[in-house]
Amino acid sequence: MPYIPHTKRDTEEMLKAIGINQIEDLFEAVPSDLLEMNEFNLPAGFSEQETRQHVSGIAAKNWTAEASFLGGGFYHHYIPEHVTNLGTRSEFFTAYTPYQPEISQGILQAIFEYQTMIVRLTGLDATNASMYDGSSATGETCLMAANITDRKKILVARSVHPQYREVMRTYCNGKGLIMEEVPFDMSSGQVDAAALGSSLTEEIAGIFVQSPNFFGVVENMKELSDMAHEKGAVSVQIITEALSLGILTPPGKNNVDIAVGEGQSFGIPVSGGGPSFGFLACVEKYIRKLPGRIVGETVDEDGKKAYVLTLQAREQHIRREKASSNICTNQTLFAIRALIYLATLGKKLRDLALLNHSHSLAFQKMLSEKGLRRVFSKPFFNEFVVDGCDTLLLQKLKEQRIAGGLPLKRFYPELKNSLLVCVTEMITKDDMEKYLREFLFIKEAPLRSA
Amino acid sequence: MQTIFEKSVLGRSQYQLPVAIAAEIELGEGMTRSMLDLPEVSELDIVRHYTALSQRSFGVDTGFYPLGSCTMKYNPRINEAMAGLKEFAQFHPWQDDADSQGTLELIYRTQEYLTEVTGFPGLTLEPAAGAHGELTAVMMMKAYHLDRNDTQRRKMLIPDSAHGTNPATAAMCGFDTVEVPSDAQGGVDLEKLKAVLDEKTVGMMLTIPNTLGLFDRNILEISKLLHEKGALLYMDGANLNAILGAVKPAKMGVDVMHINLHKTFSTPHGGGGPGGGFVGCVSSLVPYLPAQRIVKDGDSFRLDFSAPKSIGRVRAFYSNFGVIVRAYTYMLRLGKEGTKRIGRYAVLNANYIKARLKDFYNIPFQQHCMHEVVFNDEKQTQYHITTMDIAKRLIDFGYHPPTIYFPLIVHGSLMVEPTETESKETLDEFIDAMMKIAEEAKVTPELLQRAPHSAAVKRVDSVKAARNPVVVCNTCCT
Ligand SMILES: Cc1ncc(COP(=O)(O)O)c(C=O)c1O
Repeated sequence: MPYIPHTKRDTEEMLKAIGINQIEDLFEAVPSDLLEMNEFNLPAGFSEQETRQHVSGIAAKNWTAEASFLGGGFYHHYIPEHVTNLGTRSEFFTAYTPYQPEISQGILQAIFEYQTMIVRLTGLDATNASMYDGSSATGETCLMAANITDRKKILVARSVHPQYREVMRTYCNGKGLIMEEVPFDMSSGQVDAAALGSSLTEEIAGIFVQSPNFFGVVENMKELSDMAHEKGAVSVQIITEALSLGILTPPGKNNVDIAVGEGQSFGIPVSGGGPSFGFLACVEKYIRKLPGRIVGETVDEDGKKAYVLTLQAREQHIRREKASSNICTNQTLFAIRALIYLATLGKKLRDLALLNHSHSLAFQKMLSEKGLRRVFSKPFFNEFVVDGCDTLLLQKLKEQRIAGGLPLKRFYPELKNSLLVCVTEMITKDDMEKYLREFLFIKEAPLRSA
Repeated sequence: MQTIFEKSVLGRSQYQLPVAIAAEIELGEGMTRSMLDLPEVSELDIVRHYTALSQRSFGVDTGFYPLGSCTMKYNPRINEAMAGLKEFAQFHPWQDDADSQGTLELIYRTQEYLTEVTGFPGLTLEPAAGAHGELTAVMMMKAYHLDRNDTQRRKMLIPDSAHGTNPATAAMCGFDTVEVPSDAQGGVDLEKLKAVLDEKTVGMMLTIPNTLGLFDRNILEISKLLHEKGALLYMDGANLNAILGAVKPAKMGVDVMHINLHKTFSTPHGGGGPGGGFVGCVSSLVPYLPAQRIVKDGDSFRLDFSAPKSIGRVRAFYSNFGVIVRAYTYMLRLGKEGTKRIGRYAVLNANYIKARLKDFYNIPFQQHCMHEVVFNDEKQTQYHITTMDIAKRLIDFGYHPPTIYFPLIVHGSLMVEPTETESKETLDEFIDAMMKIAEEAKVTPELLQRAPHSAAVKRVDSVKAARNPVVVCNTCCT
């Protein structure tokens, strides 16, 4: 039997030591009609070889792009081999949460280093050991903002990732908070600051603005943060493309109180949306409102430097119903992987971010020259919205094994022919040229047939 | 050990980017950062540094890990390989349904398996961990009552033996928690339950088997009492491993439950995650499940969002999809015979440890345990030895300590969960170590009080850490 090592003799000896005749005797507390003695309606177990064939067969039913211009919250970036290699070391991945510090110094130190990376990237003061992902971390941040301000209303920009807004709404409904959406400006692509200003009353717990936003456009976080602070609200910046932190002014410098987002860009494959990790960082004064695990530095009995889970008086296992959150398991393995990625790139993260920006800008200009209009005027990081796209283009690109981008109509009816196009370092010049060729082919098709 | 920041040397970074094909930027003045205080280390330094950190960690692969309530079973390598298949790892979540058939089918099939073993017709794999599943389930309970205009229900009943995530979850949904005491046998005290149960009760969050490792023999009575008052029974399924293949939760009168894929279904815990959550429910709760559902039309699959009463979305995209792939791979390997054995052998292993150690450590509850056995330090108190000392001494014997001081209702609890993947020899060696420690407690107690002796550090000062929190390294790399 896979993964159960007992021989018949082992079982017999064990039953004897316990003083019973059969394993079922151990279930005597289970009402007898509940004990399942029948076969399950399941196939017989597979060998490993058959399992591999079967699962590979299912996997093959996914279409796989050779070049993907899809972004919108999850990004194709290059992952150095040693990052994957170290990130899958089994001492890391088969461990539990480091409750026992003496034999978990490695993981604890790794989390401590990860926290340091996130704090330096965001320009804030503290962070936790990770959250499930960007969207649920943002949901938690709604509760955190309400908790900090003792207010019940959340303002969120409509230019925030649509699924993040859905998750926020779910968390707000659960806790009994009210969430209100603020429109974006159709020409700049940024949140409509005037509209935000008029909704920003003294009832608002926090403003939630994504930057770069779902359209890739960079927001004026400083101006918005200052508006929030004037009304006693906290300013929250959502970040789905963590690589942008390599070049853009960090949240802390823009007077943002809490930065929350998705860390997948740091060395983690897209994998259908997970597992990756969410990060959540804040200014010093809110550290005791943070959800989840935090690692701190201390000493052992001999005065030697050591790490340990700390500030646990916020957490569910100590505070129960008064905890800042219910989170227990987080995504440590991927926080560690991101750490290794960030250690690898180091200051070159800035160059990589710049390269993403320049390449996407260059491609946007190429498209625009050929007639695919840029929709929003304000600067973007590595993804942008173009207008004039149709399904035929995406179809043609797909035939070339190119994922051409994300149509925005289903999230924003007013952007009905718009496409969100993302260009990372994975896109080569060749890919761009292929894309343009297909576009021109379609554009000129009516002329040809005429 | 130095941190990576302390190992940084200015100008050392070797990382090389692909050749740029453009250099223009449109990020204006004030939009960019001037400084990035990240380390500069060589690739070899990184490999050595993180290899060293991994070696200062302890996983299931390192040794026996009897951490109660956590189900530290073997994490099969084939699971990892399947999650790493190119078509899964490179699958972008915004691909449309036609291009996502493999992902949709895999999730669908995982759901089919879970329906069969839990008995629940409605389910979701959207939660990212156990506590996230709890949150999803309790939100569904709330939506269910509100949908019936039953607006006065604000009380969530929670046994005093419950895991902290249960009350924390109820609070996140705006409910008041009411603690229900346990009886002398470790089960729910029925009289005390009746005293607090009324028409204002949302439901009860019950861990089955409970955190004492016991199956509550009154389970059918409990669900009946709740249902009579219109309240719902939520099952915390973190301990499902005890009854997988032996009892179908739906048959116990459970209305909604969560499972941790990273416990029962062998996906690795990753040093604190990722996890995977599953929520199953009876048909009356189906309308409230998260909105994104997978529908099978003939031979193909699609996403469906037409659930107007749904609580909405709890996680973007396909959640921890890679974890679902791992769990499905494991389910395939188990098949019908394997599934049936999981709970039985997990329970056998725990009872074997219990039987052999009963004369050495106190066992607060006598009933046969399920997948885990709770001891405490009552027999060792006379030698001034605590559960903490025993746990730390186990490190010197090469073991990860059991869960300690949880559940809260047992003074000095020491909770041992061996799981079914451990052989009799492994258990025998552990039992020997525990016996030896019991003997040491008598003759050389200081050996325990000063333990561990073999770890990277001695006992750490958590009070200092919390009093003066240092949560980031302050070595500058610029
Ligand atoms: C009984 C019980 N419930 C809930 C949880 C929470 O699960 P997770 O850590 O996956 O969020 C745990 C995990 O330790 C548990 O033991």
